[in-house]
Amino acid sequence: MNVPVREVIQESIRNLYYHVSMWFTMMILFTVSVVNAVKYLRTNDLRFDNLSRQYAVVGIVFGVLGYCTGMIWASFTWADPNNPASASFASIAKDPKLIGAAIALLVYFAYLVLRDSIEDIDKKARISSVYNIFAFALLFPSIWIIPRLLDSLHPGGQGNPALNPKDIDARMRMVFYPAVIGWTLLGVWIVSLKVRMKNLKEKTFYK
Amino acid sequence: MIKRIVLSFLLLICNYVLFAQGMADEMRSNGKIYVVVAVLVTIFIGIILYLIRLDRKLTKLEKETKINH
Repeated sequence: MNVPVREVIQESIRNLYYHVSMWFTMMILFTVSVVNAVKYLRTNDLRFDNLSRQYAVVGIVFGVLGYCTGMIWASFTWADPNNPASASFASIAKDPKLIGAAIALLVYFAYLVLRDSIEDIDKKARISSVYNIFAFALLFPSIWIIPRLLDSLHPGGQGNPALNPKDIDARMRMVFYPAVIGWTLLGVWIVSLKVRMKNLKEKTFYK
Repeated sequence: MIKRIVLSFLLLICNYVLFAQGMADEMRSNGKIYVVVAVLVTIFIGIILYLIRLDRKLTKLEKETKINH
Protein backbone atom coordinates (compact mmCIF):
# COMPACT_ATOMS: atom_id res chain seq x y z
CA MET A 1 0.00 0.00 0.00
CA ASN A 2 1.57 3.27 -1.10
CA VAL A 3 1.38 6.32 1.08
CA PRO A 4 2.07 10.00 0.42
CA VAL A 5 5.62 11.04 1.30
CA ARG A 6 5.89 13.72 3.97
CA GLU A 7 9.10 15.23 5.18
CA VAL A 8 9.33 14.69 8.92
CA ILE A 9 7.11 11.71 9.53
CA GLN A 10 8.18 9.66 6.48
CA GLU A 11 6.93 6.07 6.63
CA SER A 12 5.53 6.63 10.11
CA ILE A 13 2.55 8.32 8.41
CA ARG A 14 1.03 4.84 8.66
CA ASN A 15 0.51 5.53 12.36
CA LEU A 16 -2.57 7.40 11.19
CA TYR A 17 -4.42 4.08 11.12
CA TYR A 18 -3.58 3.46 14.79
CA HIS A 19 -2.93 6.65 16.70
CA VAL A 20 -5.64 8.75 15.05
CA SER A 21 -8.23 5.99 15.04
CA MET A 22 -7.66 5.55 18.79
CA TRP A 23 -8.80 9.14 19.32
CA PHE A 24 -11.69 8.80 16.88
CA THR A 25 -12.83 5.69 18.73
CA MET A 26 -12.54 7.51 22.04
CA MET A 27 -14.69 10.37 20.74
CA ILE A 28 -17.33 7.99 19.40
CA LEU A 29 -17.45 5.99 22.64
CA PHE A 30 -17.67 9.16 24.76
CA THR A 31 -20.51 10.40 22.54
CA VAL A 32 -22.43 7.15 23.01
CA SER A 33 -21.70 7.42 26.73
CA VAL A 34 -23.21 10.89 27.01
CA VAL A 35 -26.25 9.82 24.94
CA ASN A 36 -26.84 7.01 27.42
CA ALA A 37 -26.38 9.40 30.34
CA VAL A 38 -29.11 11.63 28.93
CA LYS A 39 -31.29 8.60 28.32
CA TYR A 40 -30.85 7.62 31.96
CA LEU A 41 -31.84 11.07 33.15
CA ARG A 42 -34.96 10.93 30.99
CA THR A 43 -36.09 7.44 31.93
CA ASN A 44 -34.40 6.64 35.29
CA ASP A 45 -33.60 3.21 33.87
CA LEU A 46 -30.38 1.92 35.45
CA ARG A 47 -29.53 -0.09 32.33
CA PHE A 48 -28.68 3.15 30.53
CA ASP A 49 -26.53 4.24 33.44
CA ASN A 50 -24.57 0.99 33.24
CA LEU A 51 -24.11 1.42 29.48
CA SER A 52 -23.02 5.02 29.95
CA ARG A 53 -20.41 4.01 32.51
CA GLN A 54 -18.93 1.16 30.47
CA TYR A 55 -18.74 3.26 27.30
CA ALA A 56 -16.88 5.94 29.24
CA VAL A 57 -14.41 3.42 30.69
CA VAL A 58 -13.57 1.83 27.36
CA GLY A 59 -13.37 5.31 25.83
CA ILE A 60 -10.77 6.17 28.47
CA VAL A 61 -8.81 3.01 27.63
CA PHE A 62 -8.68 4.05 23.97
CA GLY A 63 -7.79 7.61 24.96
CA VAL A 64 -4.87 6.39 27.08
CA LEU A 65 -3.70 4.17 24.22
CA GLY A 66 -3.97 7.16 21.88
CA TYR A 67 -1.88 9.18 24.30
CA CYS A 68 0.81 6.48 24.65
CA THR A 69 1.05 5.97 20.89
CA GLY A 70 1.21 9.73 20.36
CA MET A 71 4.02 9.87 22.92
CA ILE A 72 6.06 7.33 20.98
CA TRP A 73 5.30 8.90 17.62
CA ALA A 74 6.18 12.41 18.80
CA SER A 75 9.44 11.37 20.39
CA PHE A 76 10.76 10.19 17.00
CA THR A 77 9.29 12.89 14.78
CA TRP A 78 8.94 16.20 16.66
CA ALA A 79 11.83 15.49 18.99
CA ASP A 80 14.95 16.16 16.98
CA PRO A 81 18.33 15.36 18.56
CA ASN A 82 20.03 17.96 16.34
CA ASN A 83 17.78 20.79 17.47
CA PRO A 84 18.32 21.89 21.10
CA ALA A 85 14.90 23.58 21.29
CA SER A 86 13.10 20.27 20.84
CA ALA A 87 15.79 17.74 21.70
CA SER A 88 13.79 15.53 24.00
CA PHE A 89 10.23 14.49 24.65
CA ALA A 90 10.13 16.75 27.71
CA SER A 91 10.71 19.84 25.58
CA ILE A 92 7.85 19.09 23.20
CA ALA A 93 5.36 17.96 25.86
CA LYS A 94 4.18 21.55 26.33
CA ASP A 95 2.23 21.37 23.09
CA PRO A 96 -1.35 22.71 23.48
CA LYS A 97 -2.88 19.65 21.82
CA LEU A 98 -1.16 17.34 24.29
CA ILE A 99 -2.27 19.39 27.26
CA GLY A 100 -5.84 19.66 25.94
CA ALA A 101 -6.05 15.90 25.50
CA ALA A 102 -4.58 15.38 28.97
CA ILE A 103 -7.22 17.67 30.49
CA ALA A 104 -10.00 15.84 28.65
CA LEU A 105 -8.75 12.49 29.92
CA LEU A 106 -8.30 13.75 33.49
CA VAL A 107 -11.87 15.05 33.49
CA TYR A 108 -13.03 11.55 32.55
CA PHE A 109 -10.80 9.99 35.25
CA ALA A 110 -12.57 12.29 37.70
CA TYR A 111 -15.86 10.90 36.37
CA LEU A 112 -14.83 7.40 37.50
CA VAL A 113 -13.57 8.64 40.86
CA LEU A 114 -16.80 10.57 41.49
CA ARG A 115 -18.93 7.63 40.41
CA ASP A 116 -17.27 4.99 42.49
CA SER A 117 -17.19 7.16 45.61
CA ILE A 118 -21.00 7.28 45.91
CA GLU A 119 -22.63 4.33 47.63
CA ASP A 120 -26.29 4.91 46.87
CA ILE A 121 -27.10 3.41 43.47
CA ASP A 122 -29.68 5.97 42.29
CA LYS A 123 -27.73 8.94 43.57
CA LYS A 124 -24.59 7.56 41.94
CA ALA A 125 -26.36 7.13 38.62
CA ARG A 126 -27.91 10.58 38.66
CA ILE A 127 -24.85 12.55 39.75
CA SER A 128 -22.51 10.70 37.41
CA SER A 129 -24.90 11.13 34.47
CA VAL A 130 -24.99 14.87 35.03
CA TYR A 131 -21.21 14.96 35.44
CA ASN A 132 -20.86 12.93 32.24
CA ILE A 133 -22.66 15.68 30.33
CA PHE A 134 -20.30 18.29 31.78
CA ALA A 135 -17.29 16.13 30.98
CA PHE A 136 -18.48 15.78 27.39
CA ALA A 137 -19.03 19.53 27.15
CA LEU A 138 -15.44 20.01 28.31
CA LEU A 139 -14.22 17.88 25.43
CA PHE A 140 -15.21 20.68 23.05
CA PRO A 141 -12.84 23.38 24.30
CA SER A 142 -10.07 21.07 25.40
CA ILE A 143 -9.65 18.86 22.33
CA TRP A 144 -11.57 20.56 19.55
CA ILE A 145 -11.39 24.34 19.97
CA ILE A 146 -8.28 25.46 21.90
CA PRO A 147 -5.81 23.23 20.00
CA ARG A 148 -7.09 24.75 16.75
CA LEU A 149 -6.53 28.29 18.02
CA LEU A 150 -2.96 27.89 19.23
CA ASP A 151 0.20 27.11 17.32
CA SER A 152 1.14 23.50 17.64
CA LEU A 153 3.56 20.94 16.30
CA HIS A 154 0.65 18.60 15.94
CA PRO A 155 -0.96 18.68 12.48
CA GLY A 156 -4.47 19.98 12.13
CA GLY A 157 -4.12 23.56 13.33
CA GLN A 158 -5.31 24.93 10.00
CA GLY A 159 -8.23 22.56 9.54
CA ASN A 160 -9.21 19.16 10.73
CA PRO A 161 -6.46 16.92 12.09
CA ALA A 162 -6.05 13.75 10.00
CA LEU A 163 -8.68 14.81 7.47
CA ASN A 164 -6.62 17.57 5.90
CA PRO A 165 -5.84 16.85 2.22
CA LYS A 166 -2.34 18.27 2.81
CA ASP A 167 -1.67 15.43 5.26
CA ILE A 168 -3.40 12.39 3.76
CA ASP A 169 -4.84 11.41 0.40
CA ALA A 170 -7.53 9.11 -0.97
CA ARG A 171 -5.36 6.00 -0.70
CA MET A 172 -4.96 6.52 3.01
CA ARG A 173 -8.61 7.38 3.53
CA MET A 174 -9.51 4.03 2.03
CA VAL A 175 -7.71 2.32 4.90
CA PHE A 176 -8.30 4.93 7.55
CA TYR A 177 -12.10 5.01 7.63
CA PRO A 178 -12.54 1.23 7.82
CA ALA A 179 -9.83 1.22 10.51
CA VAL A 180 -11.84 3.71 12.57
CA ILE A 181 -14.95 1.56 12.18
CA GLY A 182 -13.01 -1.56 13.10
CA TRP A 183 -11.45 -0.10 16.25
CA THR A 184 -14.83 1.29 17.27
CA LEU A 185 -16.44 -2.11 16.86
CA LEU A 186 -13.67 -3.62 18.99
CA GLY A 187 -14.46 -1.02 21.64
CA VAL A 188 -18.18 -1.75 21.44
CA TRP A 189 -17.48 -5.46 21.82
CA ILE A 190 -15.43 -4.86 25.00
CA VAL A 191 -18.23 -2.63 26.28
CA SER A 192 -20.80 -5.36 25.67
CA LEU A 193 -18.63 -7.85 27.59
CA LYS A 194 -18.40 -5.43 30.50
CA VAL A 195 -22.13 -4.69 30.47
CA ARG A 196 -23.00 -8.38 30.50
CA MET A 197 -20.54 -8.94 33.32
CA LYS A 198 -22.05 -6.13 35.38
CA ASN A 199 -25.55 -7.53 34.84
CA LEU A 200 -24.39 -10.96 36.00
CA LYS A 201 -22.75 -9.41 39.05
CA GLU A 202 -25.95 -7.66 40.03
CA LYS A 203 -27.95 -10.83 39.59
CA THR A 204 -25.66 -12.77 41.90
CA PHE A 205 -25.61 -9.90 44.37
CA TYR A 206 -29.38 -9.87 44.85
CA LYS A 207 -29.75 -13.61 45.05
CA MET B 1 2.30 -8.30 43.02
CA ILE B 2 1.84 -9.26 39.36
CA LYS B 3 0.35 -5.84 38.72
CA ARG B 4 3.48 -4.19 40.11
CA ILE B 5 5.73 -6.35 37.97
CA VAL B 6 3.70 -5.52 34.85
CA LEU B 7 3.69 -1.83 35.72
CA SER B 8 7.42 -1.62 36.31
CA PHE B 9 8.02 -3.58 33.13
CA LEU B 10 5.88 -1.14 31.17
CA LEU B 11 7.63 1.86 32.68
CA LEU B 12 10.95 0.29 31.78
CA ILE B 13 9.83 -0.14 28.17
CA CYS B 14 8.58 3.46 28.01
CA ASN B 15 11.87 4.68 29.37
CA TYR B 16 13.79 2.63 26.88
CA VAL B 17 11.73 3.72 23.92
CA LEU B 18 11.73 7.38 24.84
CA PHE B 19 15.25 8.08 25.97
CA ALA B 20 17.76 5.48 24.84
CA GLN B 21 19.80 7.14 22.14
CA GLY B 22 21.09 3.99 20.43
CA MET B 23 17.53 2.80 20.17
CA ALA B 24 16.51 6.19 18.78
CA ASP B 25 18.82 5.82 15.77
CA GLU B 26 17.38 2.38 15.15
CA MET B 27 13.85 3.80 15.34
CA ARG B 28 14.70 6.53 12.83
CA SER B 29 16.13 4.11 10.25
CA ASN B 30 14.20 2.89 7.19
CA GLY B 31 11.97 5.95 7.05
CA LYS B 32 10.91 5.61 10.72
CA ILE B 33 8.83 2.53 9.97
CA TYR B 34 9.79 1.04 13.36
CA VAL B 35 7.83 3.82 15.04
CA VAL B 36 4.73 2.23 13.50
CA VAL B 37 5.84 -1.13 14.91
CA ALA B 38 6.29 0.39 18.37
CA VAL B 39 2.84 1.98 18.19
CA LEU B 40 1.24 -1.29 17.11
CA VAL B 41 2.95 -3.19 19.92
CA THR B 42 1.79 -0.58 22.44
CA ILE B 43 -1.82 -0.85 21.35
CA PHE B 44 -1.65 -4.64 21.30
CA ILE B 45 -0.14 -4.84 24.79
CA GLY B 46 -2.62 -2.27 26.09
CA ILE B 47 -5.69 -4.08 24.81
CA ILE B 48 -4.40 -7.51 25.85
CA LEU B 49 -3.63 -6.30 29.39
CA TYR B 50 -7.10 -4.77 29.60
CA LEU B 51 -8.73 -8.00 28.44
CA ILE B 52 -6.65 -10.03 30.92
CA ARG B 53 -7.92 -7.76 33.69
CA LEU B 54 -11.47 -8.32 32.47
CA ASP B 55 -10.85 -12.08 32.45
CA ARG B 56 -9.63 -11.97 36.07
CA LYS B 57 -12.74 -10.11 37.18
CA LEU B 58 -14.90 -12.64 35.37
CA THR B 59 -13.10 -15.55 37.05
CA LYS B 60 -13.69 -13.94 40.44
CA LEU B 61 -17.35 -13.52 39.58
CA GLU B 62 -17.63 -17.16 38.53
CA LYS B 63 -16.17 -18.28 41.84
CA GLU B 64 -18.64 -16.12 43.77
CA THR B 65 -21.55 -17.54 41.77
CA LYS B 66 -20.46 -21.08 42.57
CA ILE B 67 -20.43 -20.34 46.30
CA ASN B 68 -23.93 -18.87 46.16
CA HIS B 69 -25.52 -21.87 44.47
